[in-house]
Amino acid sequence: MIFEKVKERISDILGVDADEVTMESSFMDDLGADSLDVVELIMALEEEFEIEIPDEEAEKIQTVGDVVEYIKEHTDM
Amino acid sequence: MKLKNRIALITGASTGIGRAIAMKYAQEGAHVIINYIGNQSVAEEAVEEIKGLGGSAEMYKCDISSYSEVENMVDELVAKHGKIDILVNNAGITKDSLVMRMSIEDFQKVIDINLNGTFNTIKALSRYMLKERQGKIINIASVVGITGNAGQANYAASKAGVIALTKSVAKEFATRNINVNAIAPGYIQTKMTDVLNEKVKEEILSRIPMKTIGSPEDIAKTALFLASEDSNYITGQVINVDGGMVM
Repeated sequence: MIFEKVKERISDILGVDADEVTMESSFMDDLGADSLDVVELIMALEEEFEIEIPDEEAEKIQTVGDVVEYIKEHTDM
Repeated sequence: MKLKNRIALITGASTGIGRAIAMKYAQEGAHVIINYIGNQSVAEEAVEEIKGLGGSAEMYKCDISSYSEVENMVDELVAKHGKIDILVNNAGITKDSLVMRMSIEDFQKVIDINLNGTFNTIKALSRYMLKERQGKIINIASVVGITGNAGQANYAASKAGVIALTKSVAKEFATRNINVNAIAPGYIQTKMTDVLNEKVKEEILSRIPMKTIGSPEDIAKTALFLASEDSNYITGQVINVDGGMVM
């Protein structure tokens, strides 16, 4: 469920096909994101899931799985 | 018309340079939002003047030195118009005195409005502009932000800050088709310079190769260029509009 929502946002913001997005996809290496894309994406996900991802945590996020895990740990979903 | 269907937010636009830019943009087809803080009747007058000439304008009161106020303003305006294409950070104040006599408060206040205010509007608008993948940000700096000026440590520092902010944001937003440039006015006839005494005015004029004072209209013309498609390949630049005062 979380993955589905995250996938949708990624596809939105990065302009990639949702089917291309897997848990293992690296934002920068596989999905063609630059640093600004990642910031945009994190802000969009913060809004969507009503959480706050601190900068030191955001820096660790490399793959789709990283962000899905973080959201899982910090929401009741 | 160079700005047809564009939405432009101009801070400190009820008088002086900001008002001239608002008029110019409205004449070129933009819908103009006149941000002001103090004088509502003057802001109303500016809106009426634009409407009288067949343009489109509204006003919005907001203290740009407060981030929460700026965020509210930008969120509301984007909700209403769907986007803001052009941001002109024009609002600025002076509180001149020599450093030895300058109060901490007077230093802080000028930085709060001129520099922090510019950061606040850019930050609040950035998420929307980035999403649009297009935009024009024009920051009004000053030639004293390049040269420094005795009696204006606070103002000069704030404007130097605006220039470095302009270049940094230009680098960050360049891949998103957002142009960020600054205009550095020299000696321009406004309320801000009307208060200078005659001796100071003469002294400034003697340092201007063109030997004349500039008008808000001169700045507005450059601001139009930077807001239009004519400047699409220009970003991170500071354009001095100063009669050759600083080269």
